[in-house]
Amino acid sequence: MTRGALPRWADYGLMPALNLAAAFLASGLVVLFIGENPVEAVKILVWGSLGWNEGIGFTLFYATNFIFTGLAVAVAFHAGLFNIGGEGQAYLGGLGVALACLALDRYVPWWVTLPFAVLGAAAAGAAWAFVPAILQAKRGSHVVITTIMFNFIAASLMVYLLVNVMAKAGSMQPETRTFEPGGRLPFLQDVIPGADFGTAPLNLSLIVALMCCMAVWALIWRTKLGYEIRTFGANPVAAVYAGISPVRITVVTMMISGGLAGMMAINEIMGSQHRLLIEFVSGYGFVGIAVALMGRAHPVGIILASILFGMLYQGGAELAFEKPAITRDMIVVIQGLVILFAGALEHMFRPGLVRLLAAFRPTAAQAA
Amino acid sequence: MRKIAALGILMAGSILSASAFAEDIKPAVAYDLGGKFDKSFNEAAYTGAEQFKKESGIDYQDFEIQNDSQREQALRRFARNGMSPVVAIGFSYENALAKVAAEFPDTKFAIVDAVVDAPNVRSVVFKEHEGSYLVGTLAALASSSGKVGFVGGMDIPLIRKFACGYKQGALAAKEGAEVFENMTGTTGAAWNDPVKGGELAKSQFDRGADVIYHAAGGTGIGVLQAAADAGKLGIGVDSNQNGLHPGSVLTSMLKRVDVAVATAFGDAKDDKWTSGVYVLGLKEGGVDWALDDNNKALVTEEMKAAVEKAKSDIISGKVEVHDYMADQNCPF
Repeated sequence: MTRGALPRWADYGLMPALNLAAAFLASGLVVLFIGENPVEAVKILVWGSLGWNEGIGFTLFYATNFIFTGLAVAVAFHAGLFNIGGEGQAYLGGLGVALACLALDRYVPWWVTLPFAVLGAAAAGAAWAFVPAILQAKRGSHVVITTIMFNFIAASLMVYLLVNVMAKAGSMQPETRTFEPGGRLPFLQDVIPGADFGTAPLNLSLIVALMCCMAVWALIWRTKLGYEIRTFGANPVAAVYAGISPVRITVVTMMISGGLAGMMAINEIMGSQHRLLIEFVSGYGFVGIAVALMGRAHPVGIILASILFGMLYQGGAELAFEKPAITRDMIVVIQGLVILFAGALEHMFRPGLVRLLAAFRPTAAQAA
Repeated sequence: MRKIAALGILMAGSILSASAFAEDIKPAVAYDLGGKFDKSFNEAAYTGAEQFKKESGIDYQDFEIQNDSQREQALRRFARNGMSPVVAIGFSYENALAKVAAEFPDTKFAIVDAVVDAPNVRSVVFKEHEGSYLVGTLAALASSSGKVGFVGGMDIPLIRKFACGYKQGALAAKEGAEVFENMTGTTGAAWNDPVKGGELAKSQFDRGADVIYHAAGGTGIGVLQAAADAGKLGIGVDSNQNGLHPGSVLTSMLKRVDVAVATAFGDAKDDKWTSGVYVLGLKEGGVDWALDDNNKALVTEEMKAAVEKAKSDIISGKVEVHDYMADQNCPF
């Protein structure tokens, strides 16, 4: 009911802005505490992520990862499921991408490989989400637990494959061979005339990610399945009463979610690294949870939240470069504060804001 | 007297000019994902850089990456800022450095634990199997049960290389010696899980082992702790860890990453920089076993003689230690 008490612009614009401001204020205090100038730190962070071409490129590159993993969490969220397994699903997605690229890159151009890579990534991610989904649907084993467990299984499986099966002979790195051009997505600056992102690995995956956003929006709000998913999420008992199969919705939603998480690998593996390597997911799956929470599980919100986290990643790296006192662990602290204020303390400012707005616009509040 | 003073001024002058020249280099280090205070591999690089800073008074820049995409970014960033030499720590930088080194042909780069074939790159690799052979010899000789253990960090070829050399050394010293081998895990977390390291060590002790060698970074701290608690022996790795539990650490397999970093900086400073591959084995002093006051009492004269003989045999080529990474296979 609290949500209804706020006008939309305040709910989707003012609230996140307030949360963000609080997060940065707290981060500023931390920066001050270790003896650096917080204003300067923010300047470096913003300039590093948005102030120059390459910075923008990196910000959007990271954002692409977060869009995929954020969408994955959001879709499951609409069905009332909490998919914590984005990390493992994305890792397996890498396997799907790599298999497609390794099989095809020598024979066909990239645009032939791409659909197979997308399919491979989605299929592998979906398959990895399938087991927790079926366990939840049929046996009631909670997906939060099983998806976390599957992250570890994914890590073990991938290490086994990379160390024993797929590694180049004689190489120190547990990784596959580097893909030929047929297995590499073109960089965005090579496709869009006049665009220049320096050496940032920003690639066509961003377009794929944005297309996924549109697809998810259409799925959730414009299809029968989406309606069923939302109904199931809002009230599972009522959903059953309405003739919606909980088993089917749980499994299908989780597989869509897993497939989206798996597609993150297209950006990292086919777009940037051009080879399958160990631990390439490095936390993007978990950040996706924060992105989905902050983006209110809506594609537009997820894009904005992804860009914000992209900024924190890229600007944070610049900050660590410029200020030796601010280590990468400090950057993690700042990211953590943003997650804390945007996700966990989401309702902290809400009651006050509701009262404040009601005082200013009594008629509007009554009408709402 | 005046002559001496004049000499003094001359010397001071030359020192000044030397330091003025030295100001010209701007060294930089890029650490691997483990971070610079991992008490092991990366920290050894940090130690080397700090040592150079102390000796030469030249400051350096460093960076700890957070994800793989930052590898290229970090190297490029250093090169663009005019830093040189830029030392990349860890084999994971191989691809990134190959790319960046080609973009900045005038920048000097170095990489530890991998080979990058470019005219401006110095590649430093170690023969960890040779050092492991030596500590394997010591382990077998120190063991009364004839059973020794190995706890690795993350299960990758590099760590199997340690294990294989160790095994060969143990078997060479004592025929029929039994070597237990455990890897801590399959993800990067395996480098920093002292609790699990300790548990693995305990289980190996339960199976009869009485000396355990770890090649597991921060995880190894738990292995050495477990050995000390059980009254058994541990063997350290990378840095000299004899002092962690004096009397309970038989020896340490030294891998001189610090020397590699300090030498790279120093050579650039003294204008003696050379690119190419440096393979640092026993002969080159890149790996070794550690003997100091902390473990003096544990190493008997016979053990010392045996390990020194093994060392000279390896250096002379009489004994060849198998390199796991040459054929991804350990014949022992």
